[in-house]
Amino acid sequence: MSSPAWVVERKGEIKEILSRYPYEKSAVMPLLHLAQDERGWIADEDIEAIARILETTPASVESVCSFYSLFHRTPKGRYVITVCGNIQCGLSGADPLTRHFEERLGIKVGQTTDDGLISLLVTGECVAACDGAPAVQVNLEYCGHVTLERADQIIAAIRAGDDAKAISDRFGISPKKAG
Amino acid sequence: MTYEPVLTKGIGELDLADIEVYESQGGYQALRKAMTQMSSSEVHEEVKKSGLRGRGGAGFPAGVKWGFLPDDGRPRYMCCNADESEPGTFNNKMLIEYNPHLLIEGILLASYAARCAQSFFYIRGEFKRGYEILVKALAQARAKGYVGENILGSDYRQEITVHRGAGAYICGEETGLLSSLEGGRGEPRLKPPFPAVSGLYGMPTIVNNVETLCNVPFIVDRGADWFLSIGTEKSPGPKIFSVSGCVQRPGNYELPLGVTLRELIEEHAGGLRPGSTLKAVQPGGASSPVLLPDKLDIQLDFDSVPAAGSILGTAGVMVFDQNACMVRTALYYADFFSHESCGQCTPCREGTAWTSRILRRLENGQGAPHDLAVLRALKGTMSGTTICLLSDFSITFLQSVLTHFEDEFAAHAAGEACGLQTREVRSA
Repeated sequence: MSSPAWVVERKGEIKEILSRYPYEKSAVMPLLHLAQDERGWIADEDIEAIARILETTPASVESVCSFYSLFHRTPKGRYVITVCGNIQCGLSGADPLTRHFEERLGIKVGQTTDDGLISLLVTGECVAACDGAPAVQVNLEYCGHVTLERADQIIAAIRAGDDAKAISDRFGISPKKAG
Repeated sequence: MTYEPVLTKGIGELDLADIEVYESQGGYQALRKAMTQMSSSEVHEEVKKSGLRGRGGAGFPAGVKWGFLPDDGRPRYMCCNADESEPGTFNNKMLIEYNPHLLIEGILLASYAARCAQSFFYIRGEFKRGYEILVKALAQARAKGYVGENILGSDYRQEITVHRGAGAYICGEETGLLSSLEGGRGEPRLKPPFPAVSGLYGMPTIVNNVETLCNVPFIVDRGADWFLSIGTEKSPGPKIFSVSGCVQRPGNYELPLGVTLRELIEEHAGGLRPGSTLKAVQPGGASSPVLLPDKLDIQLDFDSVPAAGSILGTAGVMVFDQNACMVRTALYYADFFSHESCGQCTPCREGTAWTSRILRRLENGQGAPHDLAVLRALKGTMSGTTICLLSDFSITFLQSVLTHFEDEFAAHAAGEACGLQTREVRSA
């Protein structure tokens, strides 16, 4: 039975994760995050490896994994653009923004560009960035007030190889000064 | 009335996520005070006396909640609900990202008062940056002796675990949160038993919201009387209101509870955007019924908002103008709740999906006159019939707009075109 490389390479980290909880079963989500962190999605061998670590069945791990929308069971691009599709972003133009991304990237929502660089998603969950509507997340880093022009700039920054954090620092939402 | 913010003081100006900066602003003084001068029951009493009410939505007094834990020798757990997911709400995210040490100090004091064996932050999966900031802040606090064994030389020990969610609104429901933290699907559990009696791993457990815990250091440091001097008699203290929609300056505003809706919108959020006419306000996130413009002068606190026909909820104040079609708005929510229903209870699983389908028909001009009657009847079938309140809350907005904006729904049912326009997107 082959194991994914992270089981050995990140052994210390796995041990530390297990030690965080009074009961090791609680570690299933952090282990799924760790596995996804490795390849951008969760493969069958990851599910099986986590089941072995936690001494449970793959079906049990799968049942947890499938409950949460941020765990991906199919390959994703190196960058995942997620458009917030909830109320304030929706009323601020999330739908035309999504169509714009689809046109510019040449893909539909749920798909990945042929070069494996960018996946496009829409989430029905409010991403808690209503002060920057419409908002998108790039690898879960926030970008706000995403006009069509800014959408193009975000795509350009991705294609230029910028880190998602750097993109968010440039296109993010600053908090209001207190008072 | 000039109010000096405390929870958000320094945000946007200072790097409070750096422990040295936080300490230079008086940070961890409350913890020091508690460790050197106060017993855990004295901290508990002070919080009880302050009347601090939970900021997550229910408004239940925090000190009273802590008192529900049975004293039977079982380990007790403290969980901070940092799964902020209620549409229109974004104040926890700001506190986590920009004032993480205040939150850590708050949970340390709460766990001290409630004599908890271990603390957990359940942070929303989408808050990746917030998670990293919180983990880093926790490492700094540990290095300084604020977390771990013999905190500040006392007998108090506390371990804090940061647990990252992965995209499920229902994990913000306290028993769903506990199921998720235990390593399962985030499915809510029937209450009773309440978490105070049988919570995390079946042990006595407290679940408190981020903002609730952030108030605790100030109560310990400045005293309950200081806290009671802010806000109203029954809703004391400060509150961070997240304002979004057609206002000039959407954002988080920390103000005393009891501030009027008018002051919040017109003075702090800069009033409506040019060309906007106020149509309706949701004062407490997606789950709150709408208020019409004639309610602008109500006070925003835990009792006045219900008296006006809505709830304070998460204080995610959403301001809608004439361009917001209420059928379309209800459809956004219906799609959301349908996706987020965990599926355990039939009325919720099926009801949210059917609500969404009916509203989509109406929105697309394919509705039938009886659709409105069906939507109204949901109140009887989807309220009070399920394990948790998601089902109930999924239709509160809908029921309120069916009443207040019946014409709009009737027009859609008659196949008339909708005049919805999306707002112009402004750059930062």
